[in-house]
Amino acid sequence: MSGIPHDHYEPKTKGEKWVHSRLPIIGLLYDTLMIPTPKNLNWWWIWGIVLAFCLALQIVTGIVLVMHYTPHVDLAFASVEHIMRDVNGGHFLRYLHMNGASLFFFAVYIHIFRGLFYGSYKAPREITWIIGMIIYLLMMATGFMGYVLPWGQMSFWGATVITGLFGAIPFVGEAIQTWLLGGPAVDNATLNRFFSLHYLLPFVIAGLVIVHIWAFHSTGNNNPTGVEVRRGSKEEAKKDTLPFWPYFVIKDLVGLVVVLVIFFAIVGFMPNYLGHPDNYLEANPLSTPAHIVPEWYFLPFYAILRAFTGDVWIVMAASWITGGIVDAKFFGVLAMFAAIAVMALTPWLDTSSVRSGRYRPMFKWWFYLLLIDFVVLMWCGAMPAEPPYSTISLIGSTYWFAYFLVILPILGVIEKPLPQPASIEEDFEAHYGNKTPAE
Amino acid sequence: MFRKFTISALAALALSAGAAQAAGSEGHIEDVDFSFEGPFGTFDQNQLQRGLQIYTEVCSACHGLRYVPIRTLADEGGPHLPEDQVRAYAAQNFEVFDAELDDFRPAKPADHFPVSNLENAPDLSLMAKGRAGFHGPYGLGLNQLFKGMGGAEYIVSILAGYTGETKEEAGTTYYENTAFPGGWIAMAPPLAGEDVEFADGHANDLHHEAEDVAAFLMWAAEPKMMARKHAGFVGVVFLVILGALLYLTNKRLWAPHKGKKIA
Repeated sequence: MSGIPHDHYEPKTKGEKWVHSRLPIIGLLYDTLMIPTPKNLNWWWIWGIVLAFCLALQIVTGIVLVMHYTPHVDLAFASVEHIMRDVNGGHFLRYLHMNGASLFFFAVYIHIFRGLFYGSYKAPREITWIIGMIIYLLMMATGFMGYVLPWGQMSFWGATVITGLFGAIPFVGEAIQTWLLGGPAVDNATLNRFFSLHYLLPFVIAGLVIVHIWAFHSTGNNNPTGVEVRRGSKEEAKKDTLPFWPYFVIKDLVGLVVVLVIFFAIVGFMPNYLGHPDNYLEANPLSTPAHIVPEWYFLPFYAILRAFTGDVWIVMAASWITGGIVDAKFFGVLAMFAAIAVMALTPWLDTSSVRSGRYRPMFKWWFYLLLIDFVVLMWCGAMPAEPPYSTISLIGSTYWFAYFLVILPILGVIEKPLPQPASIEEDFEAHYGNKTPAE
Repeated sequence: MFRKFTISALAALALSAGAAQAAGSEGHIEDVDFSFEGPFGTFDQNQLQRGLQIYTEVCSACHGLRYVPIRTLADEGGPHLPEDQVRAYAAQNFEVFDAELDDFRPAKPADHFPVSNLENAPDLSLMAKGRAGFHGPYGLGLNQLFKGMGGAEYIVSILAGYTGETKEEAGTTYYENTAFPGGWIAMAPPLAGEDVEFADGHANDLHHEAEDVAAFLMWAAEPKMMARKHAGFVGVVFLVILGALLYLTNKRLWAPHKGKKIA
């Protein structure tokens, strides 16, 4: 499967040969686990394992929670309280699931920005990148629908606001919104379909994760230098790589456990810190909360959504050109989805021939600025839509688009990259010295 | 790169609590040093029992606790009343409608506390989690990180925050309250001090009563808090041990491939 030459599985015993000639599943598992992995991977490469753990955690805790949850507008809130009070260990399971979503998104953001810095999206890994982006979109949909299920105030009003975005689509918006909600407003039909999809999508994500892994196992991992593994012969490849098992499994587990220490401290000692108090009040369609704020992981894109108000010249221009079809609200919705779309298009927007940001002296600073921009947008998303936050949101949103649409294409042309190491082996030895294992 | 990335990541985590922020005219919330705060904080059983007494004798006239089963008053990590006392408490204080009898009967431990008697009196089961006493600053969530969410502090501040001023609007009397957002609350001052007599002779001035009932409501909202902290602590300890062992394993595993570190 892998493009990097390595030893393949050979069935040895009679039983293995019997299975292998009928279904080569042991070989598949062996090749997946023993895949040659660049030996210079740094700690930013552990987040894939953390994400796999999160998916498993959410599915396992979720399946148990479903056994005690009731998807009905009159009973959902009470059934969550039943889980918190009467179900054995229910309170801890529920807090694991609730904060597990936060860990999931925290990990995915680091994973994405790691890819953006080290050029993991570049040829030949575009498909890995695109599938990753689809997984991220599905995660957002799943997270959003999961937040609706406890049927608290923020669940209800969050659902009302977010589904309202579809209502902003010209001509067909209202029909689409009604179709999504299963009625004119967020109600029992909405809760039921969100519950159904919240249960379904994680399994779609699990399938895509397998394709994601398949894709980068075909191309081989990227690494901090961005220099490809030498593939002339097995011996040459061995100088640049070590098998995934045991070297990277153990290393990734070290990283995962460190992350879990912090995660368990949050779940055990401050499980509601990342949540919103209003969601401990049962949904009430007649009482709008003073501030409807999405979960923290949506805030940067929420800020972009709200940044483009009617008095921004580009919004006015869009409205004028389209004869009023694209109004401020629809423009904001387009901007929000475009903010994710430009990330997905990075493989074709980045014109530089150098993969890793390590050897790109100008790119580095623009990238750090993008990180800061992301955090600032997150902060703006939590603040009320009024000056000065609206202005900061607009500047932040502008930079977000400028980074992907202007800076990345231009940098590749004007930037003079630093010399890259000739091989992964050279980079590894520069860090750890030359030591051939005694065999 | 890495340091910046880490800083940004931490900032992102801290900022995320911005979700818990809300603007508008915030009331003044005083920080009370409750026994249940912090990673090792526990409920004070006596305080919960005093708070239960205040709830029963004062609050329950209007406010319900619909999600709280009466039997949980006997739970460890809660008021921890003896079972016979819980049974007597239920029968003495509450009546529930029994569909089988088609009539009211005295409450049993298996029943929940009743719902609110007054339509506009909110249920108190989750009040201590449904309100945040602390916000910000500037949506950064640092106050919640260091002081806690402050739901119980919010309750104390409301109960002790009446100035004595009243106003009438559209036939409803509003009472000025320094803790309530907007400054005017529809609830008449429920506690004045010396509203209840504690069997243990504990001080019953307004502020002590407010703290006791707030502690009780915190338990009502988060009855498994002590079990949760314990589980979290056990989890952290075992993970730290596992992490140390994995770290050493990893070091040993990689040692043959690494020479002396140059950079």
